[in-house]
Amino acid sequence: MRINSRLVVMAVMLIGSLMLAACGSPAAAPAGSKDAAAPASAVTTVGFLFVGPKDDFGYNQAAYLGSTGMEKELGSKVKVIRAENVPETEEAERVMESMIQQGAKVIFPTSYGHLDPALNVAKRHPEVTFIHQGGLKTSSNLGTYFGNIFEEVYLGGVTAGKMTKTNKLGFIASFPIPQVLENINAFELGAKSVNPNATTSVVFTANWCDPGKQAEAANNLIAQGVDVLTQHQDCTKTIVEAAERKGIMSVGYHADASSLAPKGWLTGSVWNWSPLYTQEVQAVLDGKWKEGPLAGKYRVGMKEGAVKLAPFGSSVPADVQALVKQKEQDIMSGKLAPFAGPIKDQSGAVKIAAGVNPTVDQLETTDYLVEGVVGSIPR
Amino acid sequence: MLPIIIAVLSGAIRSGTAVLFACLGEIIAERAGVVNLGTEGCMLIGALGAFAATAMTGNPFLGAFVGGLCGASLAAVHAYVAVIRRGNQLASGLAITILGLGVTSFFGRSFVATQINGMNSISIAGLSDLPILGPILFQHDALTYLAAFLAPGIWFVLYRTRWGLMLRATGERQDVVYSVGLSPTLIRCLAVICGGFLAGLGGAQLSVAYTLNWVENMTQGRGYVAVALVIFSSWSPLTAVAGSYLFGGALSLQLALQARGVGASPFLMSAIPYLVTLAVLVLVGRRRRQAMPDELRAVFERGG
Repeated sequence: MRINSRLVVMAVMLIGSLMLAACGSPAAAPAGSKDAAAPASAVTTVGFLFVGPKDDFGYNQAAYLGSTGMEKELGSKVKVIRAENVPETEEAERVMESMIQQGAKVIFPTSYGHLDPALNVAKRHPEVTFIHQGGLKTSSNLGTYFGNIFEEVYLGGVTAGKMTKTNKLGFIASFPIPQVLENINAFELGAKSVNPNATTSVVFTANWCDPGKQAEAANNLIAQGVDVLTQHQDCTKTIVEAAERKGIMSVGYHADASSLAPKGWLTGSVWNWSPLYTQEVQAVLDGKWKEGPLAGKYRVGMKEGAVKLAPFGSSVPADVQALVKQKEQDIMSGKLAPFAGPIKDQSGAVKIAAGVNPTVDQLETTDYLVEGVVGSIPR
Repeated sequence: MLPIIIAVLSGAIRSGTAVLFACLGEIIAERAGVVNLGTEGCMLIGALGAFAATAMTGNPFLGAFVGGLCGASLAAVHAYVAVIRRGNQLASGLAITILGLGVTSFFGRSFVATQINGMNSISIAGLSDLPILGPILFQHDALTYLAAFLAPGIWFVLYRTRWGLMLRATGERQDVVYSVGLSPTLIRCLAVICGGFLAGLGGAQLSVAYTLNWVENMTQGRGYVAVALVIFSSWSPLTAVAGSYLFGGALSLQLALQARGVGASPFLMSAIPYLVTLAVLVLVGRRRRQAMPDELRAVFERGG
């Protein structure tokens, strides 16, 4: 009896872990059988790993759309295999190994935490090229890329600053890390550039995706008179929907969620990875990837088309749209830089001196909130 | 000052309700002598079941019921392993949680982008418009009211009915239950399944009444909070109300303070419910331990 019961427990745990594994690595299935007529040697297999589901109105949806765009662009030259919900553990190594067994020559691990597993696999497979999203470490066959999305967040702030009636904007943030602080600052700077009275109240949830906390944060900000909500969270649906239900406006992040808020959607910052993915894969196909900047830490912005503004909502009048488009042009031409000095923090201390445009390193170590942001960085 | 107090207290009730359901369910199971660490998994499967059923039928009340049934089904697996097969309760419970996470991640993927019409808040004539008390107590969804009424209801059943007496006897001394011709095994199974139903309802409150969304692993540990709160409330459904709303309050307080520009660390505030639980365990450890059902002691002190 005793042994039996233990067996049952073990069986249940085994089933549980199998279930987890089944979700973690949905057998990297070939996406669409590309023309079988093409000679096998001409087709390069490209593998994509996503940390979440492909339709999360967020980070993963953006990366997924990048992979389909690249696939369309390069057509019969590539065969794409994908795996969703790949955790940032050794499980990622297993998924990458299985992709290589299926013939993958290029692998895109698209989550920050896929970096270390990718570096391990890259060491074992020098013939495979690894292209990681957002990492700060590289190796001889692993390069990283990322996009300066704060440029679009700034434009979202401009739109919000123009549209707000209460001059109170709300920002639901996740963790106080430089990337997030950069976006909060960019949003407020954009809003203040067109509306000196605009303030941005920030709430940190200390979580990437807890819908319960998101809903409560939204309730509280709305109760404070905030009439535009934006965010830096991994999953964005709860907040956009909550804003719409309460009849206020929203600025999206990661992906176009205008379908969720037909009335209150203003615009949003979205990733547009397909040109970059295409460029990366093409460089590998041409045998030129290793020589170029792609093999290092490659950073691109609006000019390169890696980040875009989501379509404007119907409530945004033409003159506001034109103003935002003008500023977009100015950023692309280099006439306007969101973080050009003088930039003061909340205490009034000058963080970036007048006339100075900060370097990438300076920006990626942001540890302050700018003047006009209401709230403080949790320590 | 008043608006922030109202915001915090109404937020405490909204965010504490999911935990309250799960905590009440766990109290029923533990009163019968079974620990269910699978509460987190039952909540998750309840959240997904409720969301999916609401998306398909358009009826969030039917959805919540389905969520409860999903939680009950998963708990039934625990009942089979831990009660009928007498497997280790702690191991089985953890396996149930992992199973719930896996199953819901897998089947939940097609619902990530789905929009539903969830439960609206129900106004109660004459009460919802009261100053201060109205917005705090009487502007909530149906499941929130249900949880608040269930707590005294469960207390009544446990302490004032024969059913409750038998359930508690099963947790304290199962020989007594045998001697009156009832099966402790059956009572335990029913208690665990009933607890799973309530945990499922808790998950449903999260997905179809509060956030109107399904997100993988959306309970974010609330099931474990519920298990900790059982000890905090010394197995009493009435104290569980206070414990759950305290948890909800800590969550909503930091968000409310931040929204008003007051520095409040979400890291520290998120830890408060656990710190309070630890403090309670240390301060009144001996007395509380006596509140623990005797048969449960076997799980912790003599090995499951």
